[in-house]
Amino acid sequence: MEFSYYPGCSLHATGLEYDASTRAVFNALGVKLVEIKDWVCCGASSAHSVSADLALNLPAINIALAQEARHGDLLAPCAACFNRTKAADYALRNDPARRKSIEEAVSFTYTGDVHIRNPLDVVASDIGLDAVASKVTRSLIGLKVVSYYGCLLVRPPHLMEFDNPENPTVMNRIVEKLGADVKDWSYATDCCGGSASLPRVDIATRLVSGLAQHAREAGAEAIVTACPLCQMNLEMRQAEKPNVPIFYFTELMGLAFDLPDARSWWGKHLISTTPVLSAAGLI
Amino acid sequence: MSLFTHRFSLIGGNMIDMTLQQQVNALAHETIQLCYHCHKCTAGCPVAQDMLHGPDILLRMVQLGQKQAALTSPDIWLCAGCETCGARCPNDIDIAHVMDALRQIAVAEGVKPAVPNVKRFHDIFLTVVGLTGEMHEAGLMGAYELLSGDLFKDPSIMALAANLFVKGKVPVIPQFSKNRDRVKRVLEMTRRQGDKVTR
Amino acid sequence: MRKVGVFICHCGINIAGSVDVDKVAEDLKSYPGVAFATTYKYTCSDPGQQIIKDAIKEHGLDGVVVAACSPAMHETTFRRTAASAGMNPYLLECANIREQCSWVHQSDKARATDKAFYTIQSMVEKVKRNEALDPLSLPLTKKAMVIGGGIAGISAALDIADAGYPVILVEKSDHLGGKMANLSGTYLNFTGAPDLLHRRIDRVLNHPKLEVKVKAEVEQVDGYVGNFKATVRTDGQTQAFDVGAVVAATGYQSYPQSRLPEYGGGTIPDVIDGLTFEAMLAPGAKVQRPSDGKTPREVVFVQCAGSRDPEHGVPYCSKVCCMYTAKQAMLFKERVPHGQAYVFYIDIRSAGRGYDEYVQRAMTEARALYLRGKVSKIFQDGDKVIVWGSDTLSNRAVEIAADLVVLATPMAAPEGAKELAQRLHISTDADGFYNEAHPKLRPVESLTAGIFLAGAGQGPKDIPETVSQAGAAAAKVLQLFSHDEMKAEPTIAQVIPELCAACGLCVKACPYGARQIDEILEVATVNPELCQACGACAAACPNKASVVRNWTPTQILFMADVLV
Repeated sequence: MEFSYYPGCSLHATGLEYDASTRAVFNALGVKLVEIKDWVCCGASSAHSVSADLALNLPAINIALAQEARHGDLLAPCAACFNRTKAADYALRNDPARRKSIEEAVSFTYTGDVHIRNPLDVVASDIGLDAVASKVTRSLIGLKVVSYYGCLLVRPPHLMEFDNPENPTVMNRIVEKLGADVKDWSYATDCCGGSASLPRVDIATRLVSGLAQHAREAGAEAIVTACPLCQMNLEMRQAEKPNVPIFYFTELMGLAFDLPDARSWWGKHLISTTPVLSAAGLI
Repeated sequence: MSLFTHRFSLIGGNMIDMTLQQQVNALAHETIQLCYHCHKCTAGCPVAQDMLHGPDILLRMVQLGQKQAALTSPDIWLCAGCETCGARCPNDIDIAHVMDALRQIAVAEGVKPAVPNVKRFHDIFLTVVGLTGEMHEAGLMGAYELLSGDLFKDPSIMALAANLFVKGKVPVIPQFSKNRDRVKRVLEMTRRQGDKVTR
Repeated sequence: MRKVGVFICHCGINIAGSVDVDKVAEDLKSYPGVAFATTYKYTCSDPGQQIIKDAIKEHGLDGVVVAACSPAMHETTFRRTAASAGMNPYLLECANIREQCSWVHQSDKARATDKAFYTIQSMVEKVKRNEALDPLSLPLTKKAMVIGGGIAGISAALDIADAGYPVILVEKSDHLGGKMANLSGTYLNFTGAPDLLHRRIDRVLNHPKLEVKVKAEVEQVDGYVGNFKATVRTDGQTQAFDVGAVVAATGYQSYPQSRLPEYGGGTIPDVIDGLTFEAMLAPGAKVQRPSDGKTPREVVFVQCAGSRDPEHGVPYCSKVCCMYTAKQAMLFKERVPHGQAYVFYIDIRSAGRGYDEYVQRAMTEARALYLRGKVSKIFQDGDKVIVWGSDTLSNRAVEIAADLVVLATPMAAPEGAKELAQRLHISTDADGFYNEAHPKLRPVESLTAGIFLAGAGQGPKDIPETVSQAGAAAAKVLQLFSHDEMKAEPTIAQVIPELCAACGLCVKACPYGARQIDEILEVATVNPELCQACGACAAACPNKASVVRNWTPTQILFMADVLV
């Protein structure tokens, strides 16, 4: 099994530990990730905010690159990249008029061979939860978490076709397989205000603090997520102390697989993971 | 919100201006006439309380051709793009796309944004992408904090920046994608195609 | 001596909760005339009824008192039970010890028990003297009259005639088809109304069992179910018909604009009502302003123009306007492609299969602009008509200078509906719509047996509902006609000829016109078909010659003796 790996801008910067843990875990599971050569920015929220065409043309470049690379489907861990690339792919696949203008702007011919995938889905469906379970040597028993999916993984529903948009469970199932205690809560897909994180700190603070508080009320000591923007925003904008640490699901997988690299990831977090992990006897 | 000010004339002898609705429909690929104003979108919007009108009333303004009011509202810039509205609308209208379309029209027609920092953020983002082909987060954050003036309003930003830097999360030297020419070309083509926005 | 069986019901705790039923049964066992007394939890149930049947057979009972709920509940049931055990049903009576005893005396069990005892005792006295009677057989005329030649009348008439029964269809105007004949395309798929009517009218006019009278009005309908006498006036001449059933399908009329002064009161030429606009949309007709004949570009539709207005208009919702306004907006856009329709509404009531989707099409395909708010004022300004309305969705007051305004005025009961109802001996509500016997379970029957209702005359409704109702009314008529004769209750007044002096007092006393004096035999007679057993004649007769069967003065005196 192999994928054309598209880390995106965040995974090379503020989302470093997501990149590192994804690579390590997929390697451990025997899946080959070939980083797309000279990939470009997907445009995130800024492109679609100011231009309808740019919104699709930019991510389409990466589809073109993945097509040329021929290392399988495009795997995008970042939820925003995943969302935007899927949007471009949807237009290319279903709208002949837009397909024409995108192909012209990007100078390529769309084949539709490359599908846009996300690691949560690949782990659960392609690799399988049994394979995950078989690799667990350090069970995460004692770790109480809630799964936070955020917005862009699941919405718009007809575009993302990702799990149940109001009540997704894929991440829950994976993290449960690692032995952790995944608590129920009602805020798994409520917006964290990531796009307002810099321009309107007040809004982001309100939304993030709310989520942290709800996580605490659900009995969790940490939040698990699959989006670098969410992770950073949730780390940066909590108003109440002690702050709730924010993990990437791939980090928990790496920890449960007892991968040696895992130790290097914790130092990257803005909110220390040490108290929670040592209380659970995991470090 | 003010109730019943003067009677506003929808037409006063002329046809009602349905062009804004048509323009938005074409750009966002939506059919906003179907909105029956149940307010479900507003009810679930995480930033409705920060907005002036809220997504439903804004949509009504577009239906009634109130172009100036819609394009100068802060709502279109405060929309978080969380797509909760579109996911729940009974008439399958993606209001977040409508917000996109209104921003796109505002930008194309040079309407001053009601929340300048948001627009500033996007401009910096796309400038950096244009330069390097990728998003250089350090550059983005740095430029944004300086140009928005937020840096001077909130001193804790320096501490945050330092923290990120120490953890190696904000490499100062940007990565230049070898495909940045392709990006530049796309940006150029899009600018040329940009006339579509004002159609 | 009669052998009366007494069956006291617990009715769960409804009766047994306040009345010591076992004690009452025990005490009654020794009462003269009572051959058997028992109690049961739910006498109306199958096992309960079986107990009655078994007792009748075992003890040779020739009288039964069921002490339970009101006779209005189960008298018929128990009488059938008795009949199936071989006892004459009129030898069974119900003593009400629930509604009139246990339910109203829950706080005083001792006295409730006493009262139950005496109530049953008095009924035993009555039953001891009941006559065994047989239901009366009355003739039945298997011919129907349908009043109204619109879609309701036509549909009902065809359904009855197709079943093989003769029908006389009476229509006030000079043509069949009613209001539907003036409609344009109908919703949901715009089929022309005249096209839909065309074949039906053809069948009506050519049907061997259907007689059609146009320009005819019903003057009077007397009689009773199965035996009505209807007089119809055509061109000044009256004609009488014997019919067994009548279907009232008199339709509706448009509410007069004069009653809407804030909308111009009917004086503004370019403010018209829905039906008038309908005629403009019919194929071959022109959509034009009545004032100058020009094609209107901007048309304002005002829903709820008089409906849902307890203060100034009618309190009810006219049901069809949301749908036909959407239809008219779409047809208008088709005929005037550069036109623009505005619709002022307060709610959209489109409850029907495919209805809501249809209204959405007016918004999307025809681009009608729907504004939520009631219109306050409509007035003339130059050659335009100004409409002052509101849009609550944007919280703005709205003013439109329209070329044409279409008011969705209420569907009202036609002129003279109340008077016609009186002539038919049926009732209407305050708005003039015919009252049905039961709003949920008997929607096509009036409270007068044999007179049925169909169409908008019973309340605002659209064509599919009208056709359904017409079919239901026809089914009721056919139900009636499926018997060979009518059965009536025999417990009516009778004359004891030896005591009758032919004084005529009973004739004056009878409110139903059921008494006459037979001049030859010099005795009063009872018309069994009209007698309602009210007893007025019995009270009036100075000689006690008039007696209601099984409610004779003797019986009543013995009952009173127990109670007083």
